[in-house]
Amino acid sequence: MRDRMGRVTSTGIVYGVLVFTIIVGTILTATEGRNFFATGNIAAILTFTSTLGLIAVGQTMVILVGSLDLSVPYVVSLCSVIAGSVMAGETGSIVPGVMIALAVAAGIGAVNGLVVSLLGVHGFIATLGMGLIISGYMTANYKGTSGSAPEPFRVIDTANIGPIPLSAIIMLACAVLAILMLRKTRVGHHMYAVGGDREVARLSGIRTAVPVVVAHTLCSLLAGLAGLLLLARLSVGNPTIGSQGDYDLMSIAAVVLGGTLLAGGKGNILGTLGGVAIFAVMDQVMSVIEVPSFLQDVFRGLVIVLAVAVYARREIERRPAPFERPTALDAALQEAR
Amino acid sequence: MTDVSALRPDIAREPLPEHHRGLGGRLAEASTTPGGAVFVLVAVLLISTIVANPNFGDPEVLIRFLGRTAPIAIAAVGQYYVIVSGEFDLSMGAVISMQVVLAGNMIGDDAGMILPVMLLMLVLGALVGVVNGLATTVLKVPSFIVTLGMMLALAGIVDYMTGGAAKSNPVDEFRQIGRGGIEDVPVVGILPYSLMILIVVCAASVWLMRRPFGRTLIAAGDNAEATRLAGSSLVWLKTRAFVLSSLSATLAGILLVGYAGVHPSVGQGYEFTAITAVVLGGVLLGGGRGWVMSAVAGAFALELLFTLLTALDVIDSAWRDTVQGVIIIVAVALGARAWNAGRRPSRRPSEPTDETTQPMPTPGTNTGEH
Repeated sequence: MRDRMGRVTSTGIVYGVLVFTIIVGTILTATEGRNFFATGNIAAILTFTSTLGLIAVGQTMVILVGSLDLSVPYVVSLCSVIAGSVMAGETGSIVPGVMIALAVAAGIGAVNGLVVSLLGVHGFIATLGMGLIISGYMTANYKGTSGSAPEPFRVIDTANIGPIPLSAIIMLACAVLAILMLRKTRVGHHMYAVGGDREVARLSGIRTAVPVVVAHTLCSLLAGLAGLLLLARLSVGNPTIGSQGDYDLMSIAAVVLGGTLLAGGKGNILGTLGGVAIFAVMDQVMSVIEVPSFLQDVFRGLVIVLAVAVYARREIERRPAPFERPTALDAALQEAR
Repeated sequence: MTDVSALRPDIAREPLPEHHRGLGGRLAEASTTPGGAVFVLVAVLLISTIVANPNFGDPEVLIRFLGRTAPIAIAAVGQYYVIVSGEFDLSMGAVISMQVVLAGNMIGDDAGMILPVMLLMLVLGALVGVVNGLATTVLKVPSFIVTLGMMLALAGIVDYMTGGAAKSNPVDEFRQIGRGGIEDVPVVGILPYSLMILIVVCAASVWLMRRPFGRTLIAAGDNAEATRLAGSSLVWLKTRAFVLSSLSATLAGILLVGYAGVHPSVGQGYEFTAITAVVLGGVLLGGGRGWVMSAVAGAFALELLFTLLTALDVIDSAWRDTVQGVIIIVAVALGARAWNAGRRPSRRPSEPTDETTQPMPTPGTNTGEH
């Protein structure tokens, strides 16, 4: 029995918690006389996961390399206002609008990555500063909402493929690409290596700056994409939409909830998606059964801490006691010698 | 192995760094470390502000500025304990909001309530710290997540107590703690209570960091596992750091009631300001390095920066955030360089002066040069 428990990964636990949340959610929704699995309810949950999911996928990569990105809410807002202003309701301007917004996002991410890796500034401070820089730019240039999304662009938010909203499919596609990158490509493996131990990675011949810059660039790019989704949803660019969503802290919470170590080097995208789904289910259920907003915050805080506590304890118990029977990995390492 | 001092007599004769090069030389050396550079930064900013706005050099204006900065400096001291032990406290801003709202709700117009309510605020502050600390150390949840959860929970409670709107201010005697002071002092005119509280907090912190608690706290931030193996109780140690942080937030809240009045938005974002001040003071995020007074200087540097930007008035006020962001990144980037330079052992004395001091290779060893 203990052996079987030992094989449960942190991702397994996250999905266990998710199933538990869904069961509780179904019961609570039923007490209101509503069906949790109704198409509308599921669609609302999936739509919620699309924006936070995109950002959390990017945040996972940044946390994996041992950094943090607190500038995401401002990148989200900036991309929504830039794309909105460029499009200005013209169908023909959709492509340039998207391109410019994403290019700006990627540029911001690259600067974050370079500041973190080359100047040696902690990611917390580098991206906090970057967030301030962007927020100053936006207060100086955008008063209130600006620009508007043309009708064909808004379809991104309203369209469904089968029962699944298009925005959720975009998010899932990005997540799959990110998983493939982390598992199959050189830079993906280097991200784990640099996050695990930067000095060891450097001594092993890895250019430690490259994975950090790539992770930050992709994170900002995905945040920019989330900004575009919000533009399609609201149909106007809003310079405060990112900060309203608390995307910086919520995405970090989702990543840690998904079993990724905050110190970097260990974790995966799949767990993060589970973490985002837990938030989405919780939010939807609480709004269906009309929990007062102040209690929603209290619950959210409690669930984050307790859920992380569940697997944080396990992680420790799973570590074999020193000098006990070696694990398969140790055996393999011995063999390789 | 041969004794190093026998082979390299120059190393053994090197005087201890504490007695090296007189006081001036040591001060100059200290000012190149991030913890010392922040004092230079404060001096530069102070002089620039006085040049930009000569009025600011007036002792009365200056002392009021010091009093106004006291809450953020006290918050920075609290955040310092947590950061130097290798953790984060994101709940600080929410604690301040809660205490401010609590003071407004419970004290009201009754001056007799001041003491009991203040006692209650301190107990609640300590309780928040205990919960943060125990969840971090016993449940092993990263402090970033614990304090984020605490922040959400406290924000919910504040929302419940106020409904999101400003409340009536508590009785004036209570607000005097934050904005009052001893009147008719020569030269400076008024001596703000908040400044006196800050000085007491600073003195107590310097003392505390020299006590076994402070020493162990820094050790725990540098290497928690080694500290645990050396026999410290990490649970009690880090919990105390969190309690000190929440108590500082409470104190900052009490002072802020005087300045800002009772509004649920008082204290919002204070955790990031405090962390920025601490990092600006050269304290290493991740723990194990930094002086508590440098964190206080970091808070003053940050406030002086705002004052200078206002005094200069050359840039649109909307760009303030941007300038602040750039300066924070640049300051920390320079600090990161300095730490690296400081960590490397001084090369000069240990560098071989000529060929003869270099240990000769044993005959038969391939030196790789041929």
